[in-house]
Amino acid sequence: MVTETSTPDVTAVRAASLGVKDTRGYAIFRVVNAVVLTLVAAITLYPFINLVAKSFSSEGHIAAGQVNLIPRGFNVTTFDAVVSDPMFWENYKNTVVYTVVGTIISMALTTTYAYALSRPNLKGRGAFTGIALFTMFFSGGLIPNYILVANVLHMRNTMWAIVLPGAISVFNLLVMKSFFENFPSELEEAAALDGMTTYGVFLKIVLPLSKAVLATMTLFYAVSMWNSWFGAFLYLDKKDLFPVTVYLRNLIAATTGSQEITGSQADAVQIGANVQSVTMLLTVLPIVCFYPFVQKYFVSGVMLGSVKG
Amino acid sequence: MSLHDPVSVTSDPEVPDVPLAPAGVPDASGRGAPPPDGGARPSREQRLRMQGKTSWRVALKRDWRLYSFLVLPLIFLLVFKYVPMVGNVIAFRRFRPGGNPFGDEWVGFHYFDQFIHNQQFWTVFWNTVILGGLTLAICFPLPIILALMLNELRSRRFKKVVQTITYLPHFMSIVIVAGIVLQLVSVDGTVNQIVRGFGGDAISFMQEPGWFRSIYVSSEVWQTVGWGTILYLAALTTVDDQLYEAARIDGANRWQQTWHVTLPGIRPTMMVLLILNIGSFMAVGFEKVLLLQNPLIYSTADVISTYLYRVGIQSAQFSYAAAIGLFESLIGLVLVLSANFASRRLVGASLW
Repeated sequence: MVTETSTPDVTAVRAASLGVKDTRGYAIFRVVNAVVLTLVAAITLYPFINLVAKSFSSEGHIAAGQVNLIPRGFNVTTFDAVVSDPMFWENYKNTVVYTVVGTIISMALTTTYAYALSRPNLKGRGAFTGIALFTMFFSGGLIPNYILVANVLHMRNTMWAIVLPGAISVFNLLVMKSFFENFPSELEEAAALDGMTTYGVFLKIVLPLSKAVLATMTLFYAVSMWNSWFGAFLYLDKKDLFPVTVYLRNLIAATTGSQEITGSQADAVQIGANVQSVTMLLTVLPIVCFYPFVQKYFVSGVMLGSVKG
Repeated sequence: MSLHDPVSVTSDPEVPDVPLAPAGVPDASGRGAPPPDGGARPSREQRLRMQGKTSWRVALKRDWRLYSFLVLPLIFLLVFKYVPMVGNVIAFRRFRPGGNPFGDEWVGFHYFDQFIHNQQFWTVFWNTVILGGLTLAICFPLPIILALMLNELRSRRFKKVVQTITYLPHFMSIVIVAGIVLQLVSVDGTVNQIVRGFGGDAISFMQEPGWFRSIYVSSEVWQTVGWGTILYLAALTTVDDQLYEAARIDGANRWQQTWHVTLPGIRPTMMVLLILNIGSFMAVGFEKVLLLQNPLIYSTADVISTYLYRVGIQSAQFSYAAAIGLFESLIGLVLVLSANFASRRLVGASLW
């Protein structure tokens, strides 16, 4: 069940229960520890702050290397420039559609498979689990996957090339399986006595009682779908089908020439640094906005998975 | 494994030895019937029942609704996971775009020969090993240290704030991470501001091969270390408090307690994560390297996966690239199996 990950503060409990005062050395350690951790947090946060600062800065100040923590030459015209590009919104909308469709497909496949695997009366569950597990350690690789999707299934320039190939995450599958395994089987047996079939039990009893884990898994899938770019980069060449991540990738590749760079173009690095920043900021915004509220679900999802290793 | 494979019936380790309570579906197979008397040889069905097992026919008849749940996911796994595995045969066959997706004719180890005798392949091979090795050496221990430090904090709130902030980069798209990195190390970026601040000259980091590994590993640290602490923090809460008291009574100081109680306590978690990290060693952040690299720095920044992407997808040498991909996957598999074996032998912790 999803709970706040209140890791009991072992150290404090230990110190308090023994009524021992810290030694001098440990007192110094605690101060150093707090300072180092503050620095770690600050360094982790810095790139985001820098991104925000650049988004509101003028190109001239960025090119002069003057922007770090606070915007210089404050303006919001860059935002105007980015949001007035219809392709940006087209691609943003695509990302939303791919995320919703992909998450629904992933959840449907993962939930049903995990539930079936969690039932002890399913004959052959070891084999069915193994079929999924094996794909964690050995995969077809890029080229055979590409041939399958592009040449055999003819999914180039369709949404299916983006949402189908990675639909089941084995990690998420195992997390759900171990959750369903802990499900009290008495409830289901009682429901079955009332004449409910497996379908009824699953839809009317199991799913409603698993809201927390379903929410967690939905978040996992939605975030990875929102962030994904390579599938789209590989299988789509119509601009109006791109997700916003590929839009952003092309923007970065064009301005830094990271793909087709030549010596003379190397100076072009700073051009559009503010445009890049704004695009990145807008792409990441939904995640940053949701993140503080859903963080505990992510953490609990990982914990859930670790129970069974 | 085929559904009717008789071997799987008796060797399936997951089937418990006790008779199973079916989830409510009335059992029509007369479970619990006394074993037949000597004389007549019991049928296969009866023998299975005596062992507390059900035959496939009975199981399918009884639980067909449950099996119907498996159909779509199994089709998915078959098509999108197992067909590409079989598709690797094109590493041994000549593949013509538009022809047979599994290749047209056998050519044996022709494509393997080709890359083994290609100097460029060995450049990217060693780049991969070095980059993967550096990543493993730096990104594996850091989360342990960070988790131990977080564990010493007494203020719940401070701990929570640090955790929230350090987990954040994990949720960024790799495209954003690459964009941020390229901006930070650009000529006008923060890193060069610092360099200039110390009186140095600005460095074109992304044009000098010597800098790529540091940049890549730093970005990997930034992105993964915070999130990597989660499992360790969970493991730390399971270390028995009595062990600490015993150690204290024996006169162990804080450092000795950490060394002799805490670290052994989280060793199984460490081993499992180490095995998993070793398994992904050869795949070193393909997407991130692809986004960060440019031709000027290929001499250090090109790795097996990006090389095979270029020759395979961009130059359409499918069979040649598939041979490299298969080689890479096999190394990965061997690494994870041997790490698992070594870990089970040496410290008794393993994935399976």
